[in-house]
Amino acid sequence: MRRWLLLLPLVLFLVLAVFLYRGLFLDPQSLPSALIGKPFPAFQLPAVQGGGMLSRDAFLGRPALVNVWGTWCVACRDEHPVLNTLKAQGVVIYGVNYKDDNAAAQKWLAQFHDPYQLNVADADGSLGVDLGVYGAPETFLIDAKGVVRFKHVGVIDQQVWREQLAGRYQQLLDEAGQ
Amino acid sequence: MIPELGQLAMILALCFSAALGVLPLLGAWRGQVVWMALARPLAWGQFAFLAFAFACLARSFMVDDFSVAYVAQNSNSALPWYYKFSAVWGAHEGSLLLWALILGGWTFAVSIFSGQLPRDMLARVLAVMGLIGTGFMVFLICTSNPFSRLLPQVPANGRDLNPLLQDFGLVVHPPMLYMGYVGFSVAFAFAIAALLGGRLDAAWARWSRPWTLVAWSFLGVGISLGSWWAYYELGWGGWWFWDPVENASLMPWLVGTALVHSLAVTEKRGVFKSWTVLLAIAAFSLSLMGTFLVRSGVLTSVHAFASDPTRGVFILGFLLLVVGGSLGLFALRAPVVRSHARFGLWSRETLLLGNNLLLVVAAATILLGTLYPLLLDALTGAKLSVGPPYFNLLFLPLMALLMLLLAVGVVVRWKHTPGRWLAGLLTPVLVAAVVLAVLGGWWLGDFDWPVLAVFALAMWVVVGGLRDVFDKTRHTGLARGLRGLRRSYWAMHLAHLGIAVCALGVVLSSQHNAERDLRMAPGEAVDVGGYHFVFEGSQHVNGPNWSADRAVIRVTQGGRPVAVLNPEKRLYTAQQSMMTEAGIDPGLLRDLYVALGEPLGDGAWAVRVHVKPFVRWIWLGGVLTALGGLLAAADGRYRTKVKARVRGTLGLKEAAA
Repeated sequence: MRRWLLLLPLVLFLVLAVFLYRGLFLDPQSLPSALIGKPFPAFQLPAVQGGGMLSRDAFLGRPALVNVWGTWCVACRDEHPVLNTLKAQGVVIYGVNYKDDNAAAQKWLAQFHDPYQLNVADADGSLGVDLGVYGAPETFLIDAKGVVRFKHVGVIDQQVWREQLAGRYQQLLDEAGQ
Repeated sequence: MIPELGQLAMILALCFSAALGVLPLLGAWRGQVVWMALARPLAWGQFAFLAFAFACLARSFMVDDFSVAYVAQNSNSALPWYYKFSAVWGAHEGSLLLWALILGGWTFAVSIFSGQLPRDMLARVLAVMGLIGTGFMVFLICTSNPFSRLLPQVPANGRDLNPLLQDFGLVVHPPMLYMGYVGFSVAFAFAIAALLGGRLDAAWARWSRPWTLVAWSFLGVGISLGSWWAYYELGWGGWWFWDPVENASLMPWLVGTALVHSLAVTEKRGVFKSWTVLLAIAAFSLSLMGTFLVRSGVLTSVHAFASDPTRGVFILGFLLLVVGGSLGLFALRAPVVRSHARFGLWSRETLLLGNNLLLVVAAATILLGTLYPLLLDALTGAKLSVGPPYFNLLFLPLMALLMLLLAVGVVVRWKHTPGRWLAGLLTPVLVAAVVLAVLGGWWLGDFDWPVLAVFALAMWVVVGGLRDVFDKTRHTGLARGLRGLRRSYWAMHLAHLGIAVCALGVVLSSQHNAERDLRMAPGEAVDVGGYHFVFEGSQHVNGPNWSADRAVIRVTQGGRPVAVLNPEKRLYTAQQSMMTEAGIDPGLLRDLYVALGEPLGDGAWAVRVHVKPFVRWIWLGGVLTALGGLLAAADGRYRTKVKARVRGTLGLKEAAA
């Protein structure tokens, strides 16, 4: 074994440490999504509430939020009431139930109210792969033609909605109205 | 007065550990016998003062001294005495003091039980542990002093212990976990001492093996206890959530498992030395990260970091020093000489290398999944769950592969095993495993592939172990041969049996879980999993520091009474927080589990009813594995005194016996 090989663990650790340090103290840019400006990926998946298959066409016609969620996701529990409020304000929200048990998802929706117009059951995560989902929740803003315009990683709370999403959503509504 | 004495004792303990960290190390370097000899008394002094400081804090809790800020925040005069005591480690400051105390205890134990170590080795080991203790106590005294006073305005009563922690499981879980975490510091200290002394040999592996085994067993018990606690206390019926706190304890356990196996190879065959050292460093580093990040709250939210940057910066600095320093030392001092021991493809060395790789990859996977949301939060402020889908997808196949290798690794020989002989030995095992799996599926009336696959894997492990027992005793006959087998050999089988039992528990409890959520009014009944649950209503009861609604649920099976369950919804008065106490009828083959949800008016409740088959097997497996570790550590060869060996060589054995 050569000496430089033994240095490898130290080097790996130092690289990791530098990343952690930068991560904790700097305020860098948000992660860009490769999907922005591209059409929402096509899919053919069952609906969570039953009643047949859904495809990309179901998401067309109106600007909307597409929210990736799961009952296993603790952060989604925090986000859910906010989505309910947004729905009450007339925001169109579609759900992608990511890698979840369908019975659990139905129970969740019955228990905490259902803010989704439609809900796609992505049980094996194929749509999630196309969307480049890291975890949940993630939310995509799509326009009336089904083009992804913005992506938010993590929980949407009132502040995120006000500062990042509301303006963009209104803009898409205006575009669609013209 | 007492808290000040405690603080003083803590500072004195720091002085002792600082001296312990420096003088014996210098002594070992300069060859000063007196300085090396200081190591043991210094270790005793450190432990004595830490124990005194801990006793002072415990007394402050017992007598409700709310002038101590930490007591005021974590206790209440209405708390029963045993929770007052366990509240000592109920939050950050006290649990760090417990950590330091346990480190002091391990240091003390090493100084007592390592009489046969060479003088310079013992001095170095104790010194490295002293250095770790110094770091911890500086952190404790500078940033997290548990003895700070709230003067002159002493609160009339305390804010109470977090109700989640008012439970037997949480009385014993943290000390067990810390025994494991801190215990890896011994393996770490042995590794560093060996690197410093340039003596990375079989003797080193032999010395550190029992210590590592004991620490690893404690960690296993701690994890099992934590999982059991989550199951009955959180009220969701789940037993593992892949949350950062759990992951922080699982990672050192996985690396520790790899270390235990790799130490065996180093001791028996003298290979993998550098790799073993690296694992010892990794296991302790992950333990450190676990304690620090969990306790400081950084792992659950970076905002905890931002709110108290002094702690965070200290933690990062300390981790950097310990991990960076030890890896730097590794790069400088690890042996580069190629080992002369050769081994073939089908050898125990290869199989254990496979075991090590799988375990390390599993730990790395979990590390990535745990740190990624944290990094993302730090980078963009976004909150994200990388939940069970990620972990299950990556972790479960790795564990299946590990079980596949396990049986082969048990029967295979050191150095080289003829492939044909091995195949001849394992073919009946494979056939038996498949047959037993099909029989098991038939018994349960379930031929789902996850159940069948895990059945087959578990039987592969168990039958493989039996096959090896028969093979080991083939020359002497079973009855005589069994008595001749070493304790550590039985320990191996016990630990492996634990893995098989745990795997069966996991798959059966998740695949055959019967569960209903429903509204139940008094007199209503529901049938779940062949059991008849009758809700007889609820009544109000009062505890020492809580009041609760306690329901009565009578369970029958085919008209025969089985159990009466009393799930509770408790309101802890001091913090006004609601807690769910599940009503559980435990059994070896199934658990009946009832938890109360929300009151729905007219005496009706939202009730969650589970029938969980084989769920106990998960923790039973964990405990068996840990017992295996303890049994292996108790193997006679670790206690052989030098004297006995000398007597043996002089031919005085018979005379002595």
